[in-house]
Amino acid sequence: MNSMISVGLEEGEITGKDYAKVSFIRELWDYRELFYFLAWRDAKVRYKQTVLGVLWALIQPFFTMVIFTVVFGQMANISTGGIPRPIFYLSALIPWAYFSSTLTTGGLSLVSNSNLLTKIYFPRIILPAAAALGGLVDFLLATAMLIGFVVYYQLPLGWNFFLWPILMMPLVLLAFGASAFLAALNVKYRDIKYAIPFGIQLLLFITPIIYPSSVLPEEYRWMLAFNPLSGLIEAFRFALVPTQQMNWSLVWLSLGLSVVVFIGGVIYFKRTERAFADIV
Amino acid sequence: MTISIQVEGLSKRYRIGRLQQDLSLREQLVEFVRRPLKNFGRDKEEVIWALRDVSFRANEGEVVGIVGRNGAGKSTLLKILSRITYPTSGSVKVKGRVASLLEVGTGFHEELTGRENVYLNGSILGMRKREVNRHFDTIVEFAGVEQFIDTPIKRYSSGMRLRLGFAVAAHLNPDVLIVDEVLAVGDAGFQKKCVKAMEGLRNTGRTVLFVSHNLAAVEHLCSRGIWIDAGQVCMDGEAKEVIKAYMGAFSGGQSGGMDLAAIEKRVGSGEIRYTKIEYLNPDGTQCGITRSGDALVLRFHYHAEKTVRELSFEFLLYTPMGTLLTWTSTWQHRILIPEIRPGDGYVDLEIDSINLVPGTYNFSLLLFGEDAKVHDKIESGLVLEIEVSDVYNCGRVLESRWGIMYFPQRWRIPAL
Repeated sequence: MNSMISVGLEEGEITGKDYAKVSFIRELWDYRELFYFLAWRDAKVRYKQTVLGVLWALIQPFFTMVIFTVVFGQMANISTGGIPRPIFYLSALIPWAYFSSTLTTGGLSLVSNSNLLTKIYFPRIILPAAAALGGLVDFLLATAMLIGFVVYYQLPLGWNFFLWPILMMPLVLLAFGASAFLAALNVKYRDIKYAIPFGIQLLLFITPIIYPSSVLPEEYRWMLAFNPLSGLIEAFRFALVPTQQMNWSLVWLSLGLSVVVFIGGVIYFKRTERAFADIV
Repeated sequence: MTISIQVEGLSKRYRIGRLQQDLSLREQLVEFVRRPLKNFGRDKEEVIWALRDVSFRANEGEVVGIVGRNGAGKSTLLKILSRITYPTSGSVKVKGRVASLLEVGTGFHEELTGRENVYLNGSILGMRKREVNRHFDTIVEFAGVEQFIDTPIKRYSSGMRLRLGFAVAAHLNPDVLIVDEVLAVGDAGFQKKCVKAMEGLRNTGRTVLFVSHNLAAVEHLCSRGIWIDAGQVCMDGEAKEVIKAYMGAFSGGQSGGMDLAAIEKRVGSGEIRYTKIEYLNPDGTQCGITRSGDALVLRFHYHAEKTVRELSFEFLLYTPMGTLLTWTSTWQHRILIPEIRPGDGYVDLEIDSINLVPGTYNFSLLLFGEDAKVHDKIESGLVLEIEVSDVYNCGRVLESRWGIMYFPQRWRIPAL
């Protein structure tokens, strides 16, 4: 009876205390198909029963870019540091759209899937992770559109463009970590549901999306350091147009902060996840 | 025999009353400002124990039925076993791959087609994609939705959705299966399919934990029963026995007997009288409940004031409408009871099988002496309750609308 051997998906011992010992990474690997299916479902369902379908992935950044060009370019005439305006806005809007949509779907993922939480076991972290993965589809499509613009504006696409996919990694970690944290918090405090869209709105303005960080007065620039998005967004832009001046220390700081947010989010999630099914 | 599930000292506590999750962040902040020390002191919370010190083991291949009233803790137990929620204390050991089916069609998405949902639901239940591939055609056929398999399931009827959900679940291949109330939904045809699928599972040597309010299904499918009440194991044993005990407690039943001495509406000389009636099982234990097809012993206690001669004890059973169903007596059996001296005693009427549909039946008791002298006659207030039962042992209970009685019988279909 002590020779209880455990095999398969859900194994071993469930006790009141030491449960965290089940290897988190291994479990994720065991549940990789569910993870894939949930991400696939999110991506698939997003544009179901729409006429334009997946075009929406392009329409949103495109028209936002057009509005920005008119309002901030023609009317307010905010400097872009010599970069063509569509490229300047799109290069920031595309990673930004990924971040904000992941935060929205991922942050609400636990509550909106409460029927799954209360009916079936799976590593809970899959839900925000699937949201982070599902958002990549839109990101890839928008990137294709962006390349079209780059060709149109006859910008040279050099080695630096390899930075674009590489930068995706810290961005995914950041978006995933933040949404895991918010999702866990939202289980207990539904305030998060209202705080997320509001926070995203504010974040749009305190991130160098409609302006380059270089237009900020020197004495305020340090504030950007608290926002891990600012370094990343600037680096994304650099990947397209390497001519601009880069503040590399800001980028490294953003990378570090992204990792911190990722680790902190996952730890908070793991620490609270046992109560999810009871209080969701 | 190897143990498949081992549950030891399992307890689960829920906080009720001022639930933390009922407070929004703002309220908590206000609360914190108002009484900053509150969070450091012991909070006076009301707690309920959904489970308290539950222990049991299930062997490999055993089909265990769990019965109990609503709120007794059955679902909490299943949720802990499926790792959806965690115990406050105690431990669970499960050997092998577990699949839990607490709902049919968990995770179905309205916008996705039947085909897409089969894959999604399969992976939610823990099936690999290639497993779903292999079973896909049989799943669709089982559900009977071939024509609509590429239609979004929001256009499905609820019946089609159920069938599709169950069809996926029926092709699960776990070592341990946990099933909650799945059979409570759907029409008769669907339920029949479910019972069949469950039978199939039983015969493959899997361990199955099965919660249902359909006691007939539990009795039919399960070898063992666990009755949970108020979070504790009330009884653990053979399914038939557990269900009987559970039904007895649940319905109130005849509570084992009835005092007749106090009945005043009776006629007769009073030289000898019925004083008490007891309902017993064939083994002599008290019987809380009688079901269609059960064996039953009626023990009639009497008290004789003086010596009485040539007695006949008589029992008449009526339908609720007053039609005489049967009249039996010691006289009919040509049993001679020459005399009974003053004092107390009893006679037993042993019935092999109550072949009646469930319902409330009335009966009369008579006690004749020599020359058809009436010593005692009670014609009202005597009631025999017959509860439902799976008399044909097929997962479907004998219903009261199917007549008054049934024959011990079988059907033979030679062509099949």
